[in-house]
Amino acid sequence: MLTLKSVQAGYGRLPVLKGISLHVRPGEVVTLIGGNGAGKTTTLQAICGLLPPRKGLIEFAGQELNRLSPERIVALGLALVPEGRRVFRTLSVSANLELGAFHRQDQKQARRDLGELQERFPILKERSRQPAGTLSGGEQQILAIGRALMARPRLLMLDEPSMGLAPRMVTQVYEILKELKEAGTTILLVEQNARAALKVADRGYVLETGRIILDGTAAELKEDPEVQRAYLGKGYREVWE
Amino acid sequence: MFLQQLLNGLTTGSVYALIALGYTMIYGILGLINFAQGEIYMCGAFVAVLLLATGKVNFYLAFAAGMVAAALLGVALERVAFRPLRGAHPLVPLISAIGASIFLQSLALLLFGPNDRPFPIQFTFSTITVAGLPLSTLQGAILAAALGLMGLLMVFVRYTRYGKAIVACALDRDTARLMGINVDRMVALTFFIGSALSGAAGVMMAIYYNATYPRMGLLPGLKAFSAAILGGVGNIPGAILGGLLLGVAESLGAAYVSSGYKDAIAFAILIGVLLLRPQGILKGRGD
Repeated sequence: MLTLKSVQAGYGRLPVLKGISLHVRPGEVVTLIGGNGAGKTTTLQAICGLLPPRKGLIEFAGQELNRLSPERIVALGLALVPEGRRVFRTLSVSANLELGAFHRQDQKQARRDLGELQERFPILKERSRQPAGTLSGGEQQILAIGRALMARPRLLMLDEPSMGLAPRMVTQVYEILKELKEAGTTILLVEQNARAALKVADRGYVLETGRIILDGTAAELKEDPEVQRAYLGKGYREVWE
Repeated sequence: MFLQQLLNGLTTGSVYALIALGYTMIYGILGLINFAQGEIYMCGAFVAVLLLATGKVNFYLAFAAGMVAAALLGVALERVAFRPLRGAHPLVPLISAIGASIFLQSLALLLFGPNDRPFPIQFTFSTITVAGLPLSTLQGAILAAALGLMGLLMVFVRYTRYGKAIVACALDRDTARLMGINVDRMVALTFFIGSALSGAAGVMMAIYYNATYPRMGLLPGLKAFSAAILGGVGNIPGAILGGLLLGVAESLGAAYVSSGYKDAIAFAILIGVLLLRPQGILKGRGD
């Protein structure tokens, strides 16, 4: 569904991605794990058009994305939950959700989707008139996910959804991801929290300083000594359970 | 006397507020002060006056045409003077705005000459008494029209899809693009609306002062800029509040201090605000 071939990207003269290749098949949950500065966010920005790649090929559902604007790419069915949530703080919760469906032609259906989403995440209904900036971090994360779902994406991408959240909220966010997976949503999940990510993912890639150094099924990665040492903290109790 | 001055102040203040809305909306979405806003106001006035002078157009149509012409001028200005400079140092578009202002003034001078034009049609305005207050129907009409336009704008921004999209662009441009919002189009829409309001202000003042001339936008433009700063630039209710406050302060100052200081008052307020509360009364972009 989504394919990256030797993609290079960076800011100014600074190269961040030094040629990465990965793919996501329909219905899969794929995670991209790695430490700070590995290039995880850059990868997502390259895919969604905010940072067009310098070299390589990005393809989604048979279409090349390299030179498309973010607006066009969203319309193709790719939605991103950005790092740090990035909700529109002074706009109400429901306005944030509506904007998630901005590009859609079927605004009537979008309104029905909004209602369904609010049934599913009651917090978004309770707070619907409140400015998004007044929500807690975890609530904002749920809002950001809801906003992306309003686009009815064919592929949902999330950038560190657990970042800065209390452990209880991390659990809740991952519960949502699990539900989405069960509903058949295709997901590309970028995480520093490898433990949480590998639990929900089918497959994963490990990114280090702009290169993919490892890939495999989630089970394989969990057993990999290098992953265990660097990202799972071997011998460490699973705190968030 | 006091109430009369208050009313005068509110009338001019509501016109300042209309222009200030243009400044503040454009600043909100682009981070740019469009110093040609006064010339957009002048354009609105000229188009309405010239159309009415032909005698073939009725007043409401001329008013609407003034607004549309101003709006189109605003959109054209964005395309020619600001869009090519995006990503440049913030001083560069500022200089471009000042250049556009001088250019438009000179162009109007060339086309229409330096003389004042009276408003081509005569209205029969009377003075009515509202709650013991003498109110000229002209002031009443200006106040009502200005407040009505502001109300429409607030409704547009708060309750429509495109209004919310404009706010989203002002708050976080990249994330707005991720929603599929075309930022360029929203910027153009902002210029369109902000300039239409300035155009309406221009027509109102052309009636109020019965004078239309190429430099008519200079002072109201600068005062509206002060009003936008006073209210908190980038903030829509702030611009309205700032405009009304400035108009009232000016009018009361002229009455109780000296009418010679009328124009100085607005700028004294500007300097005071910049020194004491640079973020303005209501701060923040994107509301």
